Amino acid sequence: MLAVQLTALLGGDPQGAPEALALVHGFDEALVHGLGRLAEERAEALDALAGAFAATPIGERLAEAAAKVASGSIAEEHLTALAGGRAALLGAVHDALLAGLDAALERERAPWQAAPAPEADGAGNLTAGARSWLRELAIAGWRGVDHDLVSAADQTIEGLLAVPEQRRLAVLLDGLAAELRACCPVGTMDRLPVRRWADLWTRALLLAQGGAAGAPQSAGTVSGRLLILGVDVHEHGTAAQFQVHGVLEPADGGRARLVRTAVTVAKVDTITGPATWKLPSRHRMLLAALADRRSLDLTDMPLLDSGDLVWHDDRAVVGGPADPFTAARLTLTGALAPATPPLDRHPVGIAEPVLVEGYRVTGEGSFDLGGAVLAVDTGRLPACGPLTPKLVAASAACVGLVRWDGGRWLLQPLAVQATVKKETVEAGTGDWALGPTDPKAVKAEARAGDAVAVLRERAGRLLRR
Amino acid sequence: MVPPVRPRKLAKVPFVELADGRLQGVVSSGSDIGRVYVSSIAAGTHAYNCSTNNNRPCGGLYGAPCKHLQALAAEAVLQYGLDRVARYLRVEVPEGADLIGCLDGSHEPAPAAMVFSRFLRHLAYLEVPDTTMPIPELHWFPAPGTVG
Ligand SMILES: [Zn+2]
Repeated sequence: MLAVQLTALLGGDPQGAPEALALVHGFDEALVHGLGRLAEERAEALDALAGAFAATPIGERLAEAAAKVASGSIAEEHLTALAGGRAALLGAVHDALLAGLDAALERERAPWQAAPAPEADGAGNLTAGARSWLRELAIAGWRGVDHDLVSAADQTIEGLLAVPEQRRLAVLLDGLAAELRACCPVGTMDRLPVRRWADLWTRALLLAQGGAAGAPQSAGTVSGRLLILGVDVHEHGTAAQFQVHGVLEPADGGRARLVRTAVTVAKVDTITGPATWKLPSRHRMLLAALADRRSLDLTDMPLLDSGDLVWHDDRAVVGGPADPFTAARLTLTGALAPATPPLDRHPVGIAEPVLVEGYRVTGEGSFDLGGAVLAVDTGRLPACGPLTPKLVAASAACVGLVRWDGGRWLLQPLAVQATVKKETVEAGTGDWALGPTDPKAVKAEARAGDAVAVLRERAGRLLRR
Repeated sequence: MVPPVRPRKLAKVPFVELADGRLQGVVSSGSDIGRVYVSSIAAGTHAYNCSTNNNRPCGGLYGAPCKHLQALAAEAVLQYGLDRVARYLRVEVPEGADLIGCLDGSHEPAPAAMVFSRFLRHLAYLEVPDTTMPIPELHWFPAPGTVG
């Protein structure tokens, strides 16, 4: 990312975004106090949300939904319509932001091609259970959430976790329920994460519609060389996702493309930090490539139209050395970026790989590129890797993800080149994929013992008695 | 939103939680690898209980918390930090003092079966297979940084 690109990015606030977000905020406030007893101003907020769609094919449904909810008749279909409206507004903000980012980076993005939605997968009772719980939440409002209401989702979540096709919904509901439980009774909290919980609620309700409309579909298989840029780690108490960003150079000599590939593991809260890397251990090629900074040679790896490779470790072989900085320098310009599936269009999903160098680190830890300043999101440096705020502050080059959060652009570092005690070091979030390499982290791990092994032993002995 | 927990050795006390108005958890028996104790301390009253998962009372309860309860309290402090545990149990712990020594409850029976089944549900997560389908929703959940 060049200074001129950053200047273009920071200079272009998408038109209409503040108005769209204001409508979203009105709906979110209604969820705080519950749709069961809507004050007049909040009913007006629902009307305003619906009004934004008046000229569209869903305008009538939304207007009806807003009116019904305001009158106290809160059916699932009305909530679904309103959730759809809210998601569409944030989808529009997402599209405008990403278009601005692409323009600034001169990045070309593949157009979205709608594929027929696959059949529903027969988890109907469970998705119905999820919708009904989300309706209860909406009626009670976040302020009305108590332990009983949170626990009412337990069985549904347990059931959903057992259905592979419903993993997205299961992981999301589990994360939301755990947050609500930790905050119970929510009524006594000073400040609520209003936007966040409304985001999670909305996405869950849309995912719980059955079928998979708007979800990524197969785009065939690909072969070629995968150059890894870094790994983004996501985690809540019972799940962790290792999402690798890379550039695929197709074996047929076609155009290089930006891709991702992810492994999501189920876990418990006491497995955290470097120990989480033990959970995806069956994907040995992927972990070895991350830890040893090597490329991967892929043969017939399934690809989704969202740009996600569906990882099959037996279709990959570790290749030659490939550090992320060289990979980014040589391939990021000109690589084709993937389209975002409709359901995933939300600003939170924007995570575009970039290489930043030639900056000065400011007192706040931001990167100053000749006067244009990019804030660094040091809250997204996972404990399972060696990147620390200190290391980032000592860096001279950084491969990271550009994100949009809290109304501004941020850089999430994935790898840095830094000078420590006059020596140049490189560190990346995937360095400990095969275990920590830093003596301090090795010691800490030895002290904590092998959490995964202990719990697996307990599970083996106690679960099937 | 959920404060992250600190890594700790799980061998002795594989499960600790602050839930249902209690500090509760499961302590592995030192002598029989197939046996576990369910131990709990109530918030506010500090009433404590310890029994096997089959509801047989713990032999170590002689008018004071047994070694399982002591281990539970110590591991909870490692996992959540002293402040969070003390706040939950509503107990004042002077600087340098032991949490368990500051509790003034007595032994009262408490249901072990529910805690044990929550522990089994906890363990069941380790049997859920991984997936390589993307989960875009997890972008709302960045992995926590190192906890101090
Ligand atoms: Zn005992």
